[in-house]
Order: sequence, then structure tokens, then C-alpha cells
Amino acid sequence: MEWLQKHMPKMVLAPSFMAILLFVYGFIAWTAYISFTRSRLLPKYEIEGIIQYERLAQSPRWDVAMTNLAIFGILFIVISMVLGLLLAILLDQKIRTEGALRTIYLYPMALSFIVTGTAWKWILNPGLGIELVIQGMGWESFEFNWLTDPNMAIYTVVIAGVWQASGFVMALFLAGLRSVDQEIIRAAMVEGVSTPRIYRSIIIPSMAPIFMSAFIVLSHLAIKSFDLVIALTGGGPGYATDLPATYMYTMAFSRGDLGQAASSATVMMMVVMAIIVPYLYSELRSRHDG
Amino acid sequence: MMKKTMMAAAMVLGAGAVMAEPQAEVLHWWTSGSEAKSVQVLMDEFSGRGGTWTDMPVAGGGGDAAMTALRARVLSGNAPAAVQLKGPAIQEWYDEGVLANINDVAVANNWDALLPEAIANHMKCDGEYCAAPVNVHRINWIWGNAQVLADANIQMPTTWAEFNAAAEKLQGMGITPLGHGGQSWQDATIFESIAVGLGGAEFYRAAFIDLDEAALTSETMVAVFDQFRTLRGFVDDDFSGRDWNLATAMVMNGEAAFQIMGDWAKGEFMAAGLEPGKDFLCAPTPGGGYLYNVDSFAMFNVEGQDKLDGQNLLAELIMGPNFQEVFNLNKGSIPARLDVALDSFDYCARRSGYDMDVASGNGTLLPSYAHGMALRGAQAGAITDTVTAFFNSDMSSADAVTALALAVKNSM
Repeated sequence: MEWLQKHMPKMVLAPSFMAILLFVYGFIAWTAYISFTRSRLLPKYEIEGIIQYERLAQSPRWDVAMTNLAIFGILFIVISMVLGLLLAILLDQKIRTEGALRTIYLYPMALSFIVTGTAWKWILNPGLGIELVIQGMGWESFEFNWLTDPNMAIYTVVIAGVWQASGFVMALFLAGLRSVDQEIIRAAMVEGVSTPRIYRSIIIPSMAPIFMSAFIVLSHLAIKSFDLVIALTGGGPGYATDLPATYMYTMAFSRGDLGQAASSATVMMMVVMAIIVPYLYSELRSRHDG
Repeated sequence: MMKKTMMAAAMVLGAGAVMAEPQAEVLHWWTSGSEAKSVQVLMDEFSGRGGTWTDMPVAGGGGDAAMTALRARVLSGNAPAAVQLKGPAIQEWYDEGVLANINDVAVANNWDALLPEAIANHMKCDGEYCAAPVNVHRINWIWGNAQVLADANIQMPTTWAEFNAAAEKLQGMGITPLGHGGQSWQDATIFESIAVGLGGAEFYRAAFIDLDEAALTSETMVAVFDQFRTLRGFVDDDFSGRDWNLATAMVMNGEAAFQIMGDWAKGEFMAAGLEPGKDFLCAPTPGGGYLYNVDSFAMFNVEGQDKLDGQNLLAELIMGPNFQEVFNLNKGSIPARLDVALDSFDYCARRSGYDMDVASGNGTLLPSYAHGMALRGAQAGAITDTVTAFFNSDMSSADAVTALALAVKNSM
């Protein structure tokens, strides 16, 4: 009985632990292994060296995909956080309709990226959406054709992504703003410190962990984003809005090039690790310190 | 529902019989209206001959989803009897050692004499039949709005120079010359039509079948890209991402004059109640040649006499004259068999059948690269990447041929 009590937690956790070990880490290892083979339609297991990574390095399409990831990732994260923080601060002014407004801003997060992408595809289409409406209102020379311009199309993905995610970031920040010790704020108010100064010097610095969480959530959304691009631009015009995830999908499922897909997936994972590992490291260390 | 019950009953009864019933599991992605109707014809014939058909339709992604399902089934050692596959994909699966041999059926039914040689070769693995063809789609069609062209006093163009002249005239009248959807496969469809029209069969073969570097970087290829660039000026501003059937609709309602698209576009015109030759015109793309896309069923290794019987019966029925006629009337393509009379088909299909005969004789019957008939996925994809990047940027033709050769090399 005592033995059971002692080992119960381990026994209960064991199946899910094994499942995660196999289906997450096991398959990551498998994918990494496949990336060193010349697998085409079906997996092959003879190691052939880094040929797939060399092909990746020479592929202009992969180059576009990585550049797009950088553009999309940075803009998406920065704009979502700035907008989210701004909305949160505005909502934090004890306004009467806060509940309703909060729901309205948070609502896009409830939609799937497919819906967001499709809706924005119509809004941004020069022949259907904003451009047509504004031209119809009399401004004939108005142009807004980013969706069909290969150099600008990736920014439409940023627009749709920010629209979807900034409400969620707002909710995160709002919770953060509310969790700051009210005593300190009151003390500052009594001292006659101005409201902007209170935000700048007291509230925002004390929200550092929230910034970190928002950053982590947004960055993984950016790296794995796939459905938004598929619905919004289909990777086009040409492959101008390809992201690593859509590249990987094309190679694995449309072109029968498993080795190439595996190597691109491995590179994506390394990008994620480059972001997550320092975060985990600092988290774990601060816990040891505390 | 009724059908399923009857099939289940037949299965129960069959189990008691001495003879094993032919059985076949068929993986395909013909799930939309007219396609599903077409498959139903085959199902009915199969059960009419005492067989049990297990349907495995996997919709989505133009076959990508079906291929994923197939991979899972093959890896688990339980492949379906027949799978909708085409072109070099058949050889790719053969290389994995999982395809069955149906040469006995083919020899007994004299397939070699019934099929154009170019198409028969796609169905063979190391010289023996391992797949059965269902239809022939012609890719390089140009469709025209009869009214618009009559108003502009323009004939269907037979050379690319004629096309360019006609397009400029139409542009002057405020009509979009070319209805086009900016998706990579549609770009590739136009590109290969130009390539066979400008370069001829020899060039096409060298570039898109043998992947000969000299052909890929030749002056002819530069000229093909130049013409492709010219066409970029003939599409409207909002073409990016447009589906092919919306481009067809533009031709239907007179917004655009021409569309370059395979013969499935005909189905859209017909569905709108328009008549070939009267409301809309069809002609081979300028410069001619015949680019085909042949749908077929590849046969996979199965175990057990009932399943082998099923597979052979299926192969026989797929190539049967009745199925080939009824299926293709529904789908808009033409039969792969040369001996099926095309009297009940429309004008464009008869033209397609006649041209196929001629092309088969003079060596201009060529597999479409854009539709996965000429090359394996990785190489075809590499070419399409370059083609669509060129069409959607201001890359020069000289840079494009260099990029093309590099992309092909990198895809090996």
C-alpha cells in the first residue's frame, strides 16, 4: 500500500511520458535522421551526408521562404505586441464598456487562420475589396494592390496575422497590468507622478515576464504559420509568400521529396530552438537563484 | 444506402459459394459531381460481373491527400488493389517494388494495338503492363469567346505572333486578351504550351523529358520565356491566385477573350449551357503539338486469389470500350483507346481525338510536364518554381534559363 502510494504518480504519468517520448521526441529524431538520407517518395535509411542541406542552401525558393519568415516574424511579433500593449493601456483606463470592448478585440483569436486568411483575401483583393470600394467613392487613382504585388504580398500576411493576434496579446497585457501591485501605483499617484510616467517607469517594467510569454507565444505562431498563408495567398504570387512550413509541406506531400522536406523541418526546429533555449535557460536559472 | 446493403448481402452470399469472388479496393480522388458519376459507371460494371468493389475515395489537395493515405497503406503492407496514379508517379512506385503485373490481361485484350504507343509506355513497368489508362486530357487548348472574337474580327490564332497581334487589338478595345489565374500550375500550363508551340516536339522532349541542359539554356528557351513575358502583359491586374474556373468565367461573359487551359475548361462552358463552335471556340494552342495528361489506375501487389481476380477484372473493365466511352462523356476528356467511336462526343472532343491520331503518327504526341506526366514531382516542381517566379517578377529571360538549369540540377 505504501509502495503503491509512493509510486502512483509515476505510474499514472508513465503512459503519457512514453507517448510524448515516442511521438514527439522520437519522431523529431526520425525526421532529423531522414534529413541525412536521399529519401524520395518513401523513407530510405542509407545515410548520404548533408546533401539535402546543400540542396536547401541552393534553392532560391527556400531563400525566399526564410527571408519571408524573418520579415513576417519580426513585424508580426513587434506590431502585435505594440498594438496589444496600446489597446491594453487604453482599456485599463477604467472605462464603462470595458467588458464589451475586450470581447470585441479578443474575438478574432477565436477564428481559425483559414477564416482570417479567406476574409482578408477578399478585403485586400484589388478587384473586390478596399481598392474597389475607395475607387468607387470617387478616388479613382487610389491603389492598394499589395496582395498581387510579389514584393509587397508578404506584408498582407503580416496585416492579417496582426489583426488576428493583437487582441490576444491585449488580453495577456491587460491581465499583466491588473496584476501590478495597486499600492505602489497609488503611492506614485500621491507623489504626483503623471500617468504616462507611471506606466513607463512602474507598470511596464514590472510586466517583463508577460512580455516574455507574449513573445514566446507569438514567435511560435509565426514560425509554424502555414494555414494563414495557404488561405490568404496560397504562397503566391509565384512563391513570393512561401514560408518554411509551406515549403516543407510542398516538398513532402506534393513533390515526393521526403529528404528535402525533412531537412527543411530540421532547420525550422533549429530556429525554434534558437529562440526557446535561451528562454528556458534563463527561466531555469532564475528559479535556482530564487 | 440500398446499394451498400445489397453489396453487403452479396458479400455474405458469396462467402458461402465455392468460387472466390473477385474483390478490389480502389483508391481515387474523383469525388466531385461529374467525376463521382463517372466512377459509378465502373463500380456498376464491376459488381455486374460478380465483383465486390471497396471504394476508398480520398478527397482534397488534388490528390495530395490520397497520396499520403497511399503511403501509409503501402508502408503498413496493405496496399489497395488499384490506385489512381499517373505518369512517372507509376514508375516511382514501381521503383519502390510495390506494383503488380497485369500483362496477362493486357495481352489477352490486345492493349498494345488499342493504345497510342506514347501512352502505352506510361502504363508499362520494365516493358510489362502495370497500370490501365482511363482517359486522355489535352492540355494545350486555347478557348475563345466566339462573340468577342467575331466583334473584333479575329480568327483563332495559329502562331504566337498572330496571338500577340490579336491580343494587342483586343487590348485596344478594352478587353482583357487572356483570362488567366495566377496559380503556379496555371502558369506552368501556359509555359509548356508556348514551349511546344515555339520549340517543336524535339525541343520539348529534350527540355522537359530528358532535362538536357543544353536545351534548357538554349536560345529557344530564351524565346519561350520572352513570349511568356509578353503574355504577362495580356492578363488583367487581379489575376493572382484566381482559380482556373473563374478565368473560364471571364471568357464566358466576354470580360476576357482567350484562355489557355486543358479540356476540363470545356466542362465549365458546357455546364453554363454554351455550345462549342457557336458560343465558344476551341483550338490547339498556337504552334500545335499535342500535350496530354492521361489518368490511369496503377495496380498494387495484393495477396489472395479473390483479390488477384478482382484486380484483373478491374483492369479489363477500365480498358473496356463501354466504360471508356461513358466515363469520358461525363468527364470531358477522350478515351485512351483509339477504337472507340467519338460520334456521341462534342466537336472539341472529336477534334482532340483526330489530333491525337495525327500526333501519334508524326511523333508530336507529348506528355504534359505541368500536369505531372513527363517528370517526377521534384523535377517538375523545380521547373514550375522558376516559371512562376519569372512570371511574377521582372526577371530577364536570360536569367530565367540560368535559374531553370540550376533549379533542375538542384532537384536531382
